[in-house]
Amino acid sequence: MKPYLSIEKLTQRFPDGAGGDMTVFEDATFGVEKGEFVVILGHSGCGKSTIMNILAGLADPTAGSVIMDGQEVKGPSLDRGVVFQNYSLLPWLTTLKNVTFGVSARHPEWSKANVEAHSTKFLAMVGLDGDVIHRKTSQLSGGMRQRVSIARAFANHPKLLLLDEPFGALDALTRGTIQDELLKIWGQMEQTVFMITHDIDEAILLADRILLMTNGPQARVAESVEITIPRPRSRTEIVEHPNYYAIRNHLVQFLGKRSKELAGQPMQPGEMNKPATIRIDKTTPSDDPEDTQTVLRAVNS
Amino acid sequence: MYTLSLSLNQRAALLSVLMLVVGLLVWEAVIPGQKAVGELTEYEILTGAGAPKAGVPLPSDVIAKAWEQLSDPFYDAGPNDKGIGIQIGYSIYRVLTGYFLAALVAIPLGFLIGMSPVAHKALNPFIQVLRPISPLAWMPLALFIIGDSEASAIFVIFICSIWPMLINTAFGVAGVRDDWVNVARTHELGALKTAFTVILPAAAPTIVTGMRISIGIAWLVIVAAEMLVGGTGIGYYVWNEWNNLDLTSVVFSILMIGIVGMMLDAMFGFLQRRVTYVE
Ligand SMILES: Nc1ncnc2c1ncn2[C@@H]1O[C@H](COP(=O)(O)OP(=O)(O)OP(=O)(O)O)[C@@H](O)[C@H]1O
Ligand SMILES: [Mg+2]
Repeated sequence: MKPYLSIEKLTQRFPDGAGGDMTVFEDATFGVEKGEFVVILGHSGCGKSTIMNILAGLADPTAGSVIMDGQEVKGPSLDRGVVFQNYSLLPWLTTLKNVTFGVSARHPEWSKANVEAHSTKFLAMVGLDGDVIHRKTSQLSGGMRQRVSIARAFANHPKLLLLDEPFGALDALTRGTIQDELLKIWGQMEQTVFMITHDIDEAILLADRILLMTNGPQARVAESVEITIPRPRSRTEIVEHPNYYAIRNHLVQFLGKRSKELAGQPMQPGEMNKPATIRIDKTTPSDDPEDTQTVLRAVNS
Repeated sequence: MYTLSLSLNQRAALLSVLMLVVGLLVWEAVIPGQKAVGELTEYEILTGAGAPKAGVPLPSDVIAKAWEQLSDPFYDAGPNDKGIGIQIGYSIYRVLTGYFLAALVAIPLGFLIGMSPVAHKALNPFIQVLRPISPLAWMPLALFIIGDSEASAIFVIFICSIWPMLINTAFGVAGVRDDWVNVARTHELGALKTAFTVILPAAAPTIVTGMRISIGIAWLVIVAAEMLVGGTGIGYYVWNEWNNLDLTSVVFSILMIGIVGMMLDAMFGFLQRRVTYVE
């Protein structure tokens, strides 16, 4: 059976400006299950946004295909909501109108009052209410703009939510609140989330699985790390989970060292560029019978 | 202690009034006034100096003329004697008709050129050749083909106001950020909806700038066009008064041309402020 979202032999090349080609990634192959929360980690410039644009249907890959729910992704769709890295708000509209823009596209049959009420609700959810929502987005701070962009995407309940560093411009407190809201929405709506971040702790808190990319050019989705920490997770409690530091160390190791070592390695002929599945679980008794952490696991779950 | 404190605008206004007054005084002082017939010597009368002679009018004459004309702007006493309001009305009607037709062509065509590189490359040579042609150069051809002088004047306005609108629309549309178009695409907006809700507002400041330049050029050209085709309009009025050697009326109508042009520009300035946005 194919996964819900299947990325098959995806290759992206760009002209390198000197007459030749630059390969961002080649034959990348991975899947995302329905309702899964997948985070992708990798250094700046490795091609994360490029993958996301292809998933959104905004860009065509040089080769390969993306199949969602049995259908090849060709062009953008309301079923795939995007929070862009640079927010992409429409500056001639007010904050509220930026959100109603999306909601009325999703629900053309709704009344104006209905659209506004729904939009206002999602703006309030990201902490924007009062007269600020009637201001033009140019009068908002960077973090506020980012929240408008998040509200616009969340309000539409797309089947697949594509988030490109959605919390990058937010302070820790706001970030925490919106992460919680994201988890709440994700829990309720049976949504699939594909998210890019640079924040390892955020990734562990949110993800079912973390995809690790090597450095570009010729980047690879090298590993798929399962986050073996049960939900619901809380920011303060996960650090006490026995798997937390093991996973975290693995990720830090990868980003700090191995992402560079693995970079640009030519592939073996016939080798599929599929990420290796990594499962780190210190709580499994069979791994280490003496492991006292088993007790902790029982407490947590 | 009393200090005179005026805002920037007040100071500027004061300076403007001062310059106007000084300008008018100098004008009044340097132009030798015409002597009344009673003061002429016999010799002067014999040589014809007593006949009303064309001379640069005094500001006071112009003001008197303005008062006279503006107190009854819409009188109509035959083909060669109509009120200034009627003449300006004709000119504005021609400008707006030609301008509106030009906008009807230029804005959709500009959209096409802005969105399609092929259309841009294909049409660009024509635009580059047609654009520098003085609108008045079209006049003989227009008169010959269209026949009607009224329609020819409108055609000349059409042809001169089309270029800035066309070029600015194409430029504005081509420059719309991909990010904004992508927002429309991820929301599955159709082509028409995208054009009206994303591309038009995004390009509006550039388009309106083009429209503002166009209306300015159209107003410049209508005066010359009406001098050529005659009949009615402010351009014809200026020329007719020159033929009558009524320089006071000429100066007065020059002023009116300036004021109407300023008002047309102000309208588009207002529109421009409405559509401008900060990123
Ligand atoms: N349109 C394009 N034309 C040419 N090269 C491009 C284009 N878009 C992206 N690239 C190149 O592809 C590579 C990957 O870019 P991408 O934006 O996907 O990186 P990223 O992983 O999202 O980085 P960051 O974390 O900084 O956002 C970069 O080297 C970039 O220069
Ligand atoms: Mg990016």
